Amino acid sequence: MCIAVPGKVTVIDEELNVATVEVGGTTKHASADLVPDIQVGDYVLVHAGFIINKLDEDDALETLKLFEEYMGVNLTEDRGK
Amino acid sequence: MKYLDEYRDPRVAKALLEKIHGSAGRIDREIRIMEICGSHTVSIFRAGIKSLLPENVRLVSGPGCPVCVTAMSDMDRMIALASPPDGTDTLVATFGDMIRVPGTKTSLEAEMASGADVRIATSPLDAVMWARKHFEKSVVFLGVGFETTSPTIAATVLKARKSGLKNLFVYPAFKLLPPALVALLETPDIAIDGFLCPGHVSVMLGADAYRPVAARYEKPCVIAGFEPIDILLGISNICDQLAENKHEVANAYGRAVSNGGNVKAMGILDQVFEPVDAPWRGLGTIPASGLGFREEFAAYDAIRRFGLDSVEAGSEPKGCACGEVLRGLMDPPRCPLFGKACTPDSPVGSCMVSSEGSCAAWYKYSS
Ligand code: SF4
Repeated sequence: MCIAVPGKVTVIDEELNVATVEVGGTTKHASADLVPDIQVGDYVLVHAGFIINKLDEDDALETLKLFEEYMGVNLTEDRGK
Repeated sequence: MKYLDEYRDPRVAKALLEKIHGSAGRIDREIRIMEICGSHTVSIFRAGIKSLLPENVRLVSGPGCPVCVTAMSDMDRMIALASPPDGTDTLVATFGDMIRVPGTKTSLEAEMASGADVRIATSPLDAVMWARKHFEKSVVFLGVGFETTSPTIAATVLKARKSGLKNLFVYPAFKLLPPALVALLETPDIAIDGFLCPGHVSVMLGADAYRPVAARYEKPCVIAGFEPIDILLGISNICDQLAENKHEVANAYGRAVSNGGNVKAMGILDQVFEPVDAPWRGLGTIPASGLGFREEFAAYDAIRRFGLDSVEAGSEPKGCACGEVLRGLMDPPRCPLFGKACTPDSPVGSCMVSSEGSCAAWYKYSS
C-alpha cells in the first residue's frame, strides 16, 4: 500500500498544481502539492494521487556505476539495446 | 522508464548473491533480517529471493503493512461509520484492502452489501470529489497508512479547508514507523539482526530518521527499493555490516531517498496532525506512534464528529496469530488456521486480507 510508481511529468497545470505523469504507457494525474519545483521532464514517484518525490537521475547512474565497479558487470554501456 | 531495467539485470543479481554468500559464510550463526515493509515482502516472494539466500540468512516479515496493523478497535469504529448511530447519511471512502478486513461483528464489505455507501478510492483526493458531488452526505476518508500515505491525506485536508468543504472528514488511524521499530526492539524474545527499511516510507522520512535506532540498538538499518536487485543490495549491505560488526544506516535507494527526506511533505503532515499514542494489532499501544488532528483541524476529525469514542472495543479473532506474525515471532504456516479456516477468500485475520499481508503472501507463493 505504501508502494509508489515511477513516471515522467509531461504537463503541469499551474493553476491546480496538478501534473500529468506518464506511468508505464498510461497517464495519471498527480497533485504536485507535496514536492517543490516540479518541472516537465522530471522523473517522479507517484503514490495515491500525489507526487511524493523526484527520482534523481545522477544518483541512479551512480548506483549503477557502483554495481559495475563492485561486481565487474557492464550496465551503463549496454543501455539502449 | 530510465534506469529501471538495470535493476532487474540477472547478471547483477547473480553477482550480488555471491557477495551475500561470501559475507554470510563469515558469520557462523543464523542471521535474522526483518523486512518491515509489506511491499518488500511481496517482492521477496515474487522474485523467489528466500530460496536463493544462504542457509543461515533468514528473512522475517515485520509490521509494515498498514492494513495488517490496524487494531480491531479502530476497525470496529471505522465500520461503525458506515451506518452511524445518529443516522447521518455517510459515504465511507477507503483504499481497497480495508473493506474486507473483518471487524468483531461485521466488515465494511458486509455493510456495503446491506446498503451502506462504501467506496474504494485510489487517492484521498477522490474523497474531495465525492464531497463536492454529494453535499447531502458526510464523506469520511479512512486514514490508514504510514508516512508515505499520511502526508497525502494531510494535503487533502488542507485542500478541503481551502475550498471550504464542510462535509469531508478523516478517521485518523495512521501509524508512524520509527516508534514501531523501537517497540519491536524492546520486546523480549525478538531476535532481529538488522532491518531492511521501506523504500517509500523512507522517501518521506529520510535516511536520518533511522540513525538513532541503528546507534542505540546496534542494528544495521538499510533502505532498499522494490526491484529484486534493490532488495539483494540491501541484504548484501546488512550481511557485510554484520560480518564487520558494524551497525550503520545505509541507503541502497539513493535514486529516491535522501538523508533529510521530503521536508515539504513532512511539514504539511506536521501542520495538520500531531503524534498520539496508538493501538497496533499485535503490538499493543505504542507511545506517540500514531497521528491525531491538531486542535486547529478538529472539525475534520471523524472520531469527534461522530462520537466514535463510545464504540465498544472488540477483541482479536479467536485463534488468529496475526500478533505473532506481525512481530516476526511466527511464520504464517505455523498458525493453526493457515490455509484451513483462513484463506484469502475467507480471511480470519488482517494479515490474510491485505495483498501485502505476510499470510496472504505465504499462501499465494508457497504451496
Ligand atoms: S493465517 Fe489467518 S488466522 Fe492465522 S495469523 Fe494469518 S491471518 Fe491470522
